[in-house]
Amino acid sequence: MVTYQLRTPISEEDGRKLKVNDTVYLSGTVVTARDQAHRRALEFRKESKSLPVNLEGLAVFHCGPVVEKRQGNWVAVAAGPTTSTRMEAFEGEFIEAFKPRVIIGKGGMGKRTSDSMKKYGSVYCAFTGGAAVLAAQSIRRVVEVQWLDLGLPEAMWVFEVEKFGPLTVAIDACGNNLFADVSEMVERNRIQIYDKLGCS
Amino acid sequence: MKQKIGLLESVAFSLIRQAVIYLPDDVKDSLKKACAEETSESGKRQLRTILANVALAERKQVPICQDTGTFSFYIKAGTQAENLGLVEEALVEATKKATLEIPLRPNAVDPFTQKNSGDNTGRFIPRVHWEIVDGDCLEITVMAKGGGSENASAVGLLVPSDGMKGLKRFVVDAVIKAGSQPCPPTILGVAVGGGADIAIDLAKKALLQPLDKPNPDLEIGGLERELLEAANMTGIGPMGLGGKTTVLGVHVDYAFRHPASYPVAVAFSCWASRRASARIHADGKVEYLTHKPQGGT
Ligand code: SF4
Repeated sequence: MVTYQLRTPISEEDGRKLKVNDTVYLSGTVVTARDQAHRRALEFRKESKSLPVNLEGLAVFHCGPVVEKRQGNWVAVAAGPTTSTRMEAFEGEFIEAFKPRVIIGKGGMGKRTSDSMKKYGSVYCAFTGGAAVLAAQSIRRVVEVQWLDLGLPEAMWVFEVEKFGPLTVAIDACGNNLFADVSEMVERNRIQIYDKLGCS
Repeated sequence: MKQKIGLLESVAFSLIRQAVIYLPDDVKDSLKKACAEETSESGKRQLRTILANVALAERKQVPICQDTGTFSFYIKAGTQAENLGLVEEALVEATKKATLEIPLRPNAVDPFTQKNSGDNTGRFIPRVHWEIVDGDCLEITVMAKGGGSENASAVGLLVPSDGMKGLKRFVVDAVIKAGSQPCPPTILGVAVGGGADIAIDLAKKALLQPLDKPNPDLEIGGLERELLEAANMTGIGPMGLGGKTTVLGVHVDYAFRHPASYPVAVAFSCWASRRASARIHADGKVEYLTHKPQGGT
C-alpha cells in the first residue's frame, strides 16, 4: 500500500504503477460525467466530433455536484461520488475513445471497464460515498461547465482540484479489482452466515 | 392563522436544515466507535474520511452529502392540537424554501415526463405520515433519504412455513445484494408481517430509532443483535471495500399478518442517516428533540 500525490495529466507509465489498495491524492483537472454525459460523449465519437474538453490523462469523476453561482462564478458546494455501476455500460468504450487515466466514483465497476483499463493503463479509484463536503473543499476552482442543457448534475463540470482524496485504487491496470475480490469473499461468507443463523 | 402557519413552516425549515447538516449524536458516536474498532486498513480509511466530512459539514454549515435526498415527514398530532389542516401546506412550503436557501439538490422528478420540479416537491413528495395521539402538542420528524440507500430497499413475500429462518435469510441476502450501493456502514430497518405496504412502511419508520435504543422486547432485541452480527460477518465493510463494519445497527418492528402471507421488508439508511424532530406545544413553545435549536447536536 503506497500513497501517491499525482498531478494531471498522468502518463500511462504512472497509471500502470498504481496498484489496488494504494492511496492517491490528486491535483489538477477533474471532469465530472454521469450517465448522460457518457452517452453524449460516445455519440460525439460516433459522429467523429471532438469533445469540448480533451480528457487524455485527466480524471473523470462520477459526480452530480451541488453548485451555486456566487457573484457570477460557479462554486461547488458538495461534490461526492455517485454509484459507478450506472456507467459500466459506457466506460470501456469511453476509456478507449478519450483515454482518461483515472475514473473516480463509488461502488466499483465491472469486467468490461477493467479490461479497457488494462489496455490503456488507466485505474478506477473509489472515493468515500457521501463525503461531499471534503471533496468540495479540495475543489479550488470551477474552470468551466459544458453541456449544461443536460441539467446541473448531469453537465460536464471541469474542476481544478488540489489534493483531492484520499482515493483508494480499486481497479488497477493489471486487472485487479478490489470490489470483485470483496464480492468473492462475501459469497464465501454467505454460506457461513446461513449456517450460523440456522437458515441454510 | 398566518402566524400559526409561519411557526409550522419555520420549525419544519429548521428541522430540514438540522437534518441535512448535522448527524444525530447516536450516529456520530457509532461511526467513531466503528472507526476505532475497524481492522481493515481500507475500511478504516473510509470511516476516517466519513468522520472528517461530518465535522467539516458542521463547521461550514453545509449539507453532509450532495444527495440531500427526498423528504418524509412523520407527524404525531395531538387530538387537541390546533391548525392541523395547515400542516401539510407548511411542510411543502418549508421544503421549497429549504431547497432554495440551504441549498438542497432538487430531487423530485415526474416519472412520466422525467421533469424535475426543481424544488423537491411534487405529487406525494414530501410524503407526510400521520399518527393521532393524546394531548395538544404537534410533533414533527423529518427524514431525508438519498437514492443510494433507497434503491437497496427490499420487500419479500415469503412462505409462512419458513418463518424466522426465512426472515433471517432474506435480510442477509438483502445486505449482500445491496453491497456497496447504499454507502455502508448502513442502518437497517426490518419489519415482518402485515401486507407488503405495512412491512415497508414500518421498516422505513424503524430507521428513525436512535442507535443506542434497542427494542425493549427481549426477543426482538435479540433478533436485532443477531441480524447485526450476521450482517457484519459478510465482510462488505465501509463503502464495500472490505471490513467488519457493514451495518451500524438494526431496528426490528412487526405487524400481525394474514395466515397465508409472511411479508418481510428491509429498509436501508446510509451512514448519512439524516433525521430531526421537534415538538410544538399548544402555547407555541418549540422543543427541539434531536438537535439544539441553532442546528448543532
Ligand atoms: S447513499 Fe447516502 S451517503 Fe451515499 S451518496 Fe446517497 S445520500 Fe450520500
